[in-house]
Amino acid sequence: MSKLQESLQAGKFTITGEVGPPKGVDLHHCMDEEVSYIKDRVVAINVTDNQSSVMRICSLSICALLAQKGLEPILQITCRDRNRLGIQGDILGGYVQGIRNILALTGDHNTAGDHPGSKPVFDLDSVSLLQAMNSLKSGKDLAGNDLEGVPDELFCGAIVTPGADPIEMQLIKMERKIEAGAQFFQTQAIYNPKVFEEFMNKASKFKVPVLCGVVIIKSAGMANYMNNFVPGVQVPEEMIKELKEAPKEDRAKRSVELMADFIQKVRPMCQGLHIMAMGWEKYVPEMLDMCDL
Amino acid sequence: MNQGSAVGENTQDSENIDLLQGGTRMIVNVPKPDAELLDTLGEYKVKRAFIVGCGGCPVGCDSGGQERIDQITDLLSKNGITVTGTSLIDFLCNKALVGSKLVYHLEKLKKTEGVLVVSCGIGVQATADMIDIPTFPANDTLSSQGMQGLWPSSERCAGCGTCYLALTGGICPITSCSKSLINGMCGGQHDGKCEVENDRDCGWYQIYERLKSLGKLDNLKKMASLRDFRKMDVSDRLRSTTRWALEKEVMYEASMESPKKEEEA
Repeated sequence: MSKLQESLQAGKFTITGEVGPPKGVDLHHCMDEEVSYIKDRVVAINVTDNQSSVMRICSLSICALLAQKGLEPILQITCRDRNRLGIQGDILGGYVQGIRNILALTGDHNTAGDHPGSKPVFDLDSVSLLQAMNSLKSGKDLAGNDLEGVPDELFCGAIVTPGADPIEMQLIKMERKIEAGAQFFQTQAIYNPKVFEEFMNKASKFKVPVLCGVVIIKSAGMANYMNNFVPGVQVPEEMIKELKEAPKEDRAKRSVELMADFIQKVRPMCQGLHIMAMGWEKYVPEMLDMCDL
Repeated sequence: MNQGSAVGENTQDSENIDLLQGGTRMIVNVPKPDAELLDTLGEYKVKRAFIVGCGGCPVGCDSGGQERIDQITDLLSKNGITVTGTSLIDFLCNKALVGSKLVYHLEKLKKTEGVLVVSCGIGVQATADMIDIPTFPANDTLSSQGMQGLWPSSERCAGCGTCYLALTGGICPITSCSKSLINGMCGGQHDGKCEVENDRDCGWYQIYERLKSLGKLDNLKKMASLRDFRKMDVSDRLRSTTRWALEKEVMYEASMESPKKEEEA
């Protein structure tokens, strides 16, 4: 059983982190900086899969390196770049390298990234990808063929957007993901504790652990960008105002304080946090210290 | 493993395709199995149905026209569903024509809980867009590899071979979603628009809205989870039409006859 699964099953408040592989083969920033800041504060680390449709080192390789170092990776798999053969092969390939946790995503469209003319695959989607994992776990591939050696310790996760509109559609899909085998959820970034509470009131009936998504807002500009361009994410105006008014030298501190405050509020509502620091990994320990986490 | 039950598990499709590969007909669309049609109508508690047929391609592929309308009428009658009326329209891909012809049947349509459409996916979507009554495909459309009917509006059919329109309120998830997702909206929907382009509608948002207004959001839980992409690639034999076969025959006969006529003259 993976440490992540163990922690969630034990009912512990569980924290996961996230790193993005580099574009190129210089691992210094990713492994020596991003990972080293957060590794002692999280149970497991997500590794993104060509995040935002921008080509980078594959998630699988970085996950394998983390596993070699004794750290616990969460392999993110999107359905944009590989068909059901490629994806199932990667799941098995990751398993033999010690990767147990997988997060299933449909993936951004190719047009969002740096190879906009590439062929979108989407042979599977987040739901059928979970079904594929569940099938492999039970000893068969998606076509029903028997496996030689069963990856029965796979721990399958999915994502949900608490601030999505319409939320009804989001909840229907969440339910379908659970039926397809999702054992935990990490959420899209959320900043309004009230919205999160309303979401959890509806989602807690599913009895599947939810890790609340935390992205530290670095500036008012970033907040505005997210409000305009990231679907389902709404940074409240008060938060933007506070960041705008903070003196430049105090801004990082203020950002971290605001997020710590948010974490304290949502902590009783969910089973853990998923922190996506996006370059601000060095502030993660400080933020968690403020929350005694 | 369980891949859902409603649509997409239509193994008979592939059998149909295999059977027809032996013939010389182009199959733009093949009839859905009777059981699937009855299931769908039962699901929507349809007691009175109206049948709309296309007089274009489906006639050319022997899967539509008056004959198929009569056959479905018979099937429904035998299963306790009243057919309130039928209408064979030249080309259902011409949405304006669909609207103008259905006007004559308003009274009958008002007494109807569901409309069965015998056409390719474009005709089903065009009909669904013109009326506020749940609309269901009677056929599965096979890929015609680029052919999009004669007068289509914004509706498109990819010929996926597994028509989902009965479940999605007559809006095609394959052609209206930029990722052709069949399991619901992705995380990129923003104010009803697609992440790919701000002025492109999110197909799943439209499907959601339509199903909500029909009181059928539960359909979203019934979608099949895997597509069979073999259905998108038809063999060369399936590309020619009965019409073309007929025309070739006529031309051949004409070429055989004409010298004779000259001689006689």
